[in-house]
Amino acid sequence: MKHKNILLTVAFFLVAFLLPLFVKAPYQLHILILIFIWAIIGTSWNLLGGYAGQVSFGHAAFFGLGAYSAGLLTLHYGISPWWGMALGPVVAALASLPIGVICFRLRGPYFALAMLALGEIFRIVFLNIASFTNGAKGILIMPAITSKELYYYIGLLALAVTLLTTYAIVHSKIGYYLVSIREDQDAATSLGIPTTLYKNLALLPSAFFTGLAGALYMNYVAFIDPNIVFNLTNISVMAILVVMLGGVATTWGPTVGAALYIVLGELFRTTLGSANVLVFGVLVCLIIMFLPNGIVGELDLIKRMVTRKKTSLSGGV
Amino acid sequence: MLEVKNLDVYHGWVQALRGVSFNVSKGEIVAIIGANGAGKSTLLGALAGLYRPQKGEILLKGKPVAGKPPEYMVRQGVSLAPERREIFNTLTVLDNLLLGAYHRYRAGKKEVIMDIEKTLELFPALKGREDHPAGTLSGGLQQMLAIGRGLMARPGLLLLDEPSTGLAPLVVREIMSTLANLKKTGVTIILVEQNTVAALKVAGRALVMERGQIVLSGSAKEIMGNPGVQQAYLGRTRMA
Repeated sequence: MKHKNILLTVAFFLVAFLLPLFVKAPYQLHILILIFIWAIIGTSWNLLGGYAGQVSFGHAAFFGLGAYSAGLLTLHYGISPWWGMALGPVVAALASLPIGVICFRLRGPYFALAMLALGEIFRIVFLNIASFTNGAKGILIMPAITSKELYYYIGLLALAVTLLTTYAIVHSKIGYYLVSIREDQDAATSLGIPTTLYKNLALLPSAFFTGLAGALYMNYVAFIDPNIVFNLTNISVMAILVVMLGGVATTWGPTVGAALYIVLGELFRTTLGSANVLVFGVLVCLIIMFLPNGIVGELDLIKRMVTRKKTSLSGGV
Repeated sequence: MLEVKNLDVYHGWVQALRGVSFNVSKGEIVAIIGANGAGKSTLLGALAGLYRPQKGEILLKGKPVAGKPPEYMVRQGVSLAPERREIFNTLTVLDNLLLGAYHRYRAGKKEVIMDIEKTLELFPALKGREDHPAGTLSGGLQQMLAIGRGLMARPGLLLLDEPSTGLAPLVVREIMSTLANLKKTGVTIILVEQNTVAALKVAGRALVMERGQIVLSGSAKEIMGNPGVQQAYLGRTRMA
């Protein structure tokens, strides 16, 4: 990592660590916790979709598995859902193994559609095996901890681990192999790179950390049902949107995208009433049109635009 | 070095190769010429492990390798520089070259760096551009990079799929003279080309393919002098 990037990363985590000393309002902390959860989902998706170029429309499957692992532990065995924070990611990662073996036989849009179907299959199955999952009634737990500060720090720690792990993967040899697969899978294959193996190696941590976000969500929100956690539009599609807003194949893009998504979403919801989704949608379209590589991906362009504006202003005086 | 016997390859229901047989000796440059859809690229794909033959044999140094996956073929010393160059655009020239040495992960860093230097000597136009994203290079430089990347695997058999496509005549000449230099290092090359003149100038032997079959084979001189080839591929009309 370059010096400047190390400093910025340390500064981010330092500010984030000290923030609860100044931000006490539960609503503001709630927003920050949601940003962390979405940043984890986005960063995980980015590893597979952004770096390896395998666009998944089914990450809700891993999110839901993580959430249900925590919820079912409490429902059936009375074990604290906090243990789900350990179990959820493992279950999601284990589930990703057969999923990868099957779905990576397909490429491009066919892979995306297979993953989309997968998320829906999980939703329908979890709705229908009500004797095990409580079906549409969902799982409601009594949270052992109500302090938002604690959830904040757990979320921050989970995000830090996710970011560091994905950074380490992306900047290792594996990262280069993933990018080569994204750039041209046939060329990568002709060089002898076992593309299916590396795609699975990207899916595994991607599913693991998405499962971690799911388990954290279960603990924090204390209620889940299949229509919430296996949701195609609200989880799978939004995971992609968060990354596109922030910057595909960038370290900080998903975190920036998550912050934008949550803050703007809340802002529009509280100020624009029922028109909030429309305005949010238009804004997303504008960002994607004018900043196709996302905020972080187009940082140089944004800087140039700001500098040009300043120059032209000073020139006019 | 390479023996291909009665090779049949299908793309779905379409038969792309029909009983293709030929031999290549060590250190040879063999050109494969033919029109679009003749099966040239499919043949290279089958040799590189990208397509599984339905029938026939491929013997590499006497070892049967037909149907083996590409990673196995690369380990056996078969390297393909694919058609349309297919370089990794967002990665730098250096990263592209390093990826070419994928299967040599046991090789020491020094050895790989030495090979990069050798490759850059072979293609001096790439020197000084190691940090440039490969997608920003001109077509000719991209082609040199694609061949260089193939060489990073230290192949015994280099498969080149239409390296002259879309390039200016001067660049084609430069690439072909590099291939002639490569021959001196002992690398065996199979060169698939539509630029028949350029291919026959550099190759020792040539095969002509039509509709998935080899219809003519011989020395480059013989093929160049063949009236049918002259009419079909060299744009010369038969003398009355």
